Amino acid sequence: MDYILEMRNISKRFGEVQALRQVDFAVARNEVVGLVGDNGAGKSTLIKIVTGYHTPDSGEVYFNGRKLEGLSVAEARALGIETVYQERALANLQTLWRNIFMGRELTTHLGFLDVNGMERETQKLMISSMGFTSAAVAPDAVVGTFSGGEKQGVSIVRALYFQAELIILDEPTMGLSVSETRKFLEFVRGIKEAGKSSILIDHNVFHVYAVADRIVVLDRGAVAGEFLTKDITLDELMEKMYRVAQTGSLEPTPR
Amino acid sequence: MSSRVSDPAAAISRRRLSRGGLSRFGRRYGLQIGIVGVFLALWAFFIIGAPRTFLRREMYGAFMSTIPFFAIMALPLTMVVIAGEIDLSFGSIMAIGVLVFVNVFPRTGNFALAFVLLLVTGFLAGLLNGIIVVKFGIPSLVATIGTQFFWRGVVLVITNGHPASLVPVKGTFLHQLLVGRLGGYIPAQMIWTIIVAVLVWVLLNRHKFGAHVYLVGDNRDSARLMGVNVDRTRMMVFAIVGLAAAFAGLIASVEVNYFWVNLGEGYLLRTLASVFLGGTSVFGGVGTVLGTFIGCFIIGTIEGGTVAIGLTGFWTQLIYGLIIIISISMHSLVRTRLGGS
Repeated sequence: MDYILEMRNISKRFGEVQALRQVDFAVARNEVVGLVGDNGAGKSTLIKIVTGYHTPDSGEVYFNGRKLEGLSVAEARALGIETVYQERALANLQTLWRNIFMGRELTTHLGFLDVNGMERETQKLMISSMGFTSAAVAPDAVVGTFSGGEKQGVSIVRALYFQAELIILDEPTMGLSVSETRKFLEFVRGIKEAGKSSILIDHNVFHVYAVADRIVVLDRGAVAGEFLTKDITLDELMEKMYRVAQTGSLEPTPR
Repeated sequence: MSSRVSDPAAAISRRRLSRGGLSRFGRRYGLQIGIVGVFLALWAFFIIGAPRTFLRREMYGAFMSTIPFFAIMALPLTMVVIAGEIDLSFGSIMAIGVLVFVNVFPRTGNFALAFVLLLVTGFLAGLLNGIIVVKFGIPSLVATIGTQFFWRGVVLVITNGHPASLVPVKGTFLHQLLVGRLGGYIPAQMIWTIIVAVLVWVLLNRHKFGAHVYLVGDNRDSARLMGVNVDRTRMMVFAIVGLAAAFAGLIASVEVNYFWVNLGEGYLLRTLASVFLGGTSVFGGVGTVLGTFIGCFIIGTIEGGTVAIGLTGFWTQLIYGLIIIISISMHSLVRTRLGGS
């Protein structure tokens, strides 16, 4: 299979807590993988290893077949891994354009900012990707005044702007209204249609089941199982997830 | 794909459509307009209260000669505060920098060498602050109290408390360069203050480094998640203040032809007050170079002005204190309104 991301034997420990133990995880090209599991199952830790935020204690990470070592967040983004974080990762007191280009500022030479370029690009994004049509909307609006859904929009548009190949969505529907959530799930299908890959973390199994090609269940830092959504019904999936949470095993009779 | 992408963010537009250009201008430049207004009002107040003093050009010559001593530090200190940190050690760094200068210059006669070593000393002393704060995770308030005492202690131990003469510098090119009088009136240090202001403005507003300073001060976790080198940015702002402090220390010493071992002790409060008065938020993420620049002149004017209008010098401290309290409280309100964390 043609994998865009392959992680082998990943372990990560934070002090006393073994967050991940020998996890194998992969995302195929143009695949949407749902990552589910209870709180503390290691979902966020796993994706923060992909984004270069955490370094694994052991194990290997391959992106487009290339082994990644000592990966930083800036390097991961340059490779085409963008993330929409649970915590949105916005700077509330800064303007929209500064948030869009956070950590990947457009520069001319010697690190000098291309402020006009960034404002222009933000304006363009607002019209083409965010659906703005009025010239009265300014890229220099301060993000802190936006609503939850609006902030989510900024976070998503940012991930898309940089032509990411793999888009990681960490609890993206948290704090969204029902209609905003529905639009968001449409957006995930859009990622797939555009030929890109995605990892979706969500507490809500309904959301994950609705858009994912494959679902990986994490439990207490290890992979408990995985299913193709076309091979399993929503009821079966929920039954299995409930059982994992209770017994740590997907099957009815524990081995 | 674009139509699908549009959906989650589409809402952003609608609410913001109604906001006019004027209110946007006000939001963007409000603090800066406010601070300029405060300065002009204060100035008018002093001119009315003490016209004989405030309508003489000598008064402004004096302002331009003394305000730069702390303005040169307050400008880069703005970056430290925007980054969400504080530095209390710059006064001692002024002294340790000049101590290096007064030891190298007489021995080598090479002022370029002495000058470069002074700057390097200031930079490294500032960098040490940054390393303690970032690598050891000590809050900057505490770390820089420590280094403030440490560098002052080093100066006192090495000099035994004796001042050093800078009279040999008098009449040299360096003296003209640092504290000469342009056209017999404008002090060179005023020109240096303007140069430092322009440099810091460019760095903060037109360079990637400055963009990162704002992001780090606003939300350190977000900045880190989006790949900003948070640690390096935090260490560098301290180093730049150290560099500026050593430079300011030299100017202040050359102006009076003496290196006093307590050099810098009187600058702590007024430098910090200038930054906060200038609209820089103690919570980080917000601040302007223009604000600090005007803030320095307000502080400097208050000092000269309170005495000129007939109040005792004791009032100066009271007014400084009020300014710090009011400006910090104002920022807390603004930040709450913007929904900052």
